[in-house]
Amino acid sequence: MAILIYAESENGKYKKDSFEIASYAKVAADKLNTSVTAISINVDNPNELGDYGVSKVLNVSSDNLKDFNAFLYADVIKQACEKEDSSIVIISSSSNTKYLGSILSVKINAGYITNVVDVPKEFNPITVKRNSFTNKAFEYAKVNSKNSLLAISKNSHGIIENKTTAQIENFEVSIVSSDTSVKSTEKATNKVTIADAEIVVSGGRGLKGPENWGMIEELADILGAATACSKPVSDLGWRPHSEHVGQTGKLVSSNLYIAIGISGAIQHLAGINSSKVKVVINTDPEAPFFKSADYGIVGDAFEVVPKLIEGLKTFKSQNA
Amino acid sequence: MFDNNNYKLNYVFLCTKFYPLNIMKILVCISHVPDTTSKINFTENNSKFDKNGVQFVINPNDEFGLTRAMWLKEKQGASVDVINVGLSDTEPTLRKALAIGADKAIRINMEPKNGLNVAKQVASLVKSENYDLVIGGRESIDYNGGMVPGMIAALTDYNFVDKCISIEINNGSVTASREIEGGKEIVESKLPLVIAGQKGIVEESDLRIPNMRGIMMARRKELQVVDPIDLDDSTSSVNFEKPQPKAEVTLVSSEDVDELINLLHNEAKAI
Ligand SMILES: Cc1cc2nc3c(=O)[nH]c(=O)nc-3n(C[C@H](O)[C@H](O)[C@H](O)COP(=O)(O)OP(=O)(O)OC[C@H]3O[C@@H](n4cnc5c(N)ncnc54)[C@H](O)[C@@H]3O)c2cc1C
Repeated sequence: MAILIYAESENGKYKKDSFEIASYAKVAADKLNTSVTAISINVDNPNELGDYGVSKVLNVSSDNLKDFNAFLYADVIKQACEKEDSSIVIISSSSNTKYLGSILSVKINAGYITNVVDVPKEFNPITVKRNSFTNKAFEYAKVNSKNSLLAISKNSHGIIENKTTAQIENFEVSIVSSDTSVKSTEKATNKVTIADAEIVVSGGRGLKGPENWGMIEELADILGAATACSKPVSDLGWRPHSEHVGQTGKLVSSNLYIAIGISGAIQHLAGINSSKVKVVINTDPEAPFFKSADYGIVGDAFEVVPKLIEGLKTFKSQNA
Repeated sequence: MFDNNNYKLNYVFLCTKFYPLNIMKILVCISHVPDTTSKINFTENNSKFDKNGVQFVINPNDEFGLTRAMWLKEKQGASVDVINVGLSDTEPTLRKALAIGADKAIRINMEPKNGLNVAKQVASLVKSENYDLVIGGRESIDYNGGMVPGMIAALTDYNFVDKCISIEINNGSVTASREIEGGKEIVESKLPLVIAGQKGIVEESDLRIPNMRGIMMARRKELQVVDPIDLDDSTSSVNFEKPQPKAEVTLVSSEDVDELINLLHNEAKAI
């Protein structure tokens, strides 16, 4: 009856999201007087989860699960769910877990709720707060079936240390077949992704042209941030589509979002509003972004950003 | 040839007689959502979305998929049906999809309860009509569930590619790419298949806008209304809440960026 989490990993290492959902599950488990079990696939150091309150790890090692496959992975999680007799399963909101989540929900007959931003308000029936209308509203949703599957929004709960010794159990699974397989992957390995980034530096049409992105990249570099842009910037071909954020692009829920030369149109804001701290730099004090930001500078990006870069260099050297 | 009646006959003929030999059957799921600029309000004690004065559109992610379906139809021959689970107020949105070029629209006559509820309705029709390719969107911009396409795949045992940004189909073999964090992945799969599309599967500039001729033709195309089969109740909505109004922005002088760094470090603890 333990709460089961799927602790996602990449190249043998847990993703940070896994620690966040472990922390989330631990809070829920304490309220229900139960414990947290994790299922993980091909990780080097399953003990790490013990730091976040997980008391048991079902550890699967298999060459056949080397590449992510939503069907195969969902089936493995289902087997873990049956073994533990878990009626609550918790996953993150990464691309891959959302891919497998919808399949898993059908396989385990669970009521499935995504974009969950808070620990359950009630447990009987499970009632949670979630983001809806692309960050323009919250919805309280409840699960009516016996099993529930919750996908937790990134950065909504935070990582909470809670030292436990995790019991590691090698878990033998049967592996289903699938007609879908990965042929190749194209991925920039040296860049922080928007999904994983704690800080996102984003540029808009106010930057005038692609040749001016040098300072945006430099600022991102210093902060260890990912770069993003508004929709017109990607439509104009100044930046790749993968950087387009907003209602029709990627959704951002970083810790810090810095908008430079972005007006703050409703569709842009909808996609980035769940970021914790928002900063805007814009020449126009009337730009709508100032109404949604925590901090703002009214000023010309071409003057402010270079100063900010210099200031941050000094700051980093003093705080290193 | 392009006279509407002939066209329709032709279509029926192809579908009933020759479909198994050569024509791919595509179903595009169309979610009927408030326009991106809509003010979001709720009624009935915050339990229902307030449709008053709201303009509804085809969900942007579905619109990309619909255009891709039209290309498949034009390049390699396919029938393209569109489906929506909703009450009669969604019909203008379905008519728009017909005007863009879909052959037939299907509306499952019910107010959807949750994602699984929608998926079950669609899956049942996908099975009985043997669609080869089902195109949904990555997520709808209203409830943002992001679950319907994957659930349809799981319920029908079809293959599934999420966040699909390109697709080529050759004799039932599929090469598709999907967006992953920081890049893309090329996958191979087979029909029958469900995909969840998004921008990239076609570009913004490729999106079809209905023209006069399309709008005229759409009026005469079939819009079939089907009774729901199952009232799934695995999850339900309790109520809604609007985000707290934001506190005033703290303005920092452009002459004093160090103050911004200080605030971000000491106050916001964000750097
Ligand atoms: C259906 C639909 C979906 C959409 N989806 C999205 C989406 O997902 N994401 C998105 O971003 N947009 C989206 N949009 C577009 C959105 O409405 C806006 O048009 C867009 O966000 C504006 O981008 P921008 O802020 O870069 O450009 P602008 O609105 O042109 O703003 C540029 C800003 O830069 C400022 N500026 C100019 N010069 C300087 C300078 N030297 N220094 C500092 N500031 C300067 C200006 O004051 C201005 O505020 C969508 C629109 C529609 C209709």
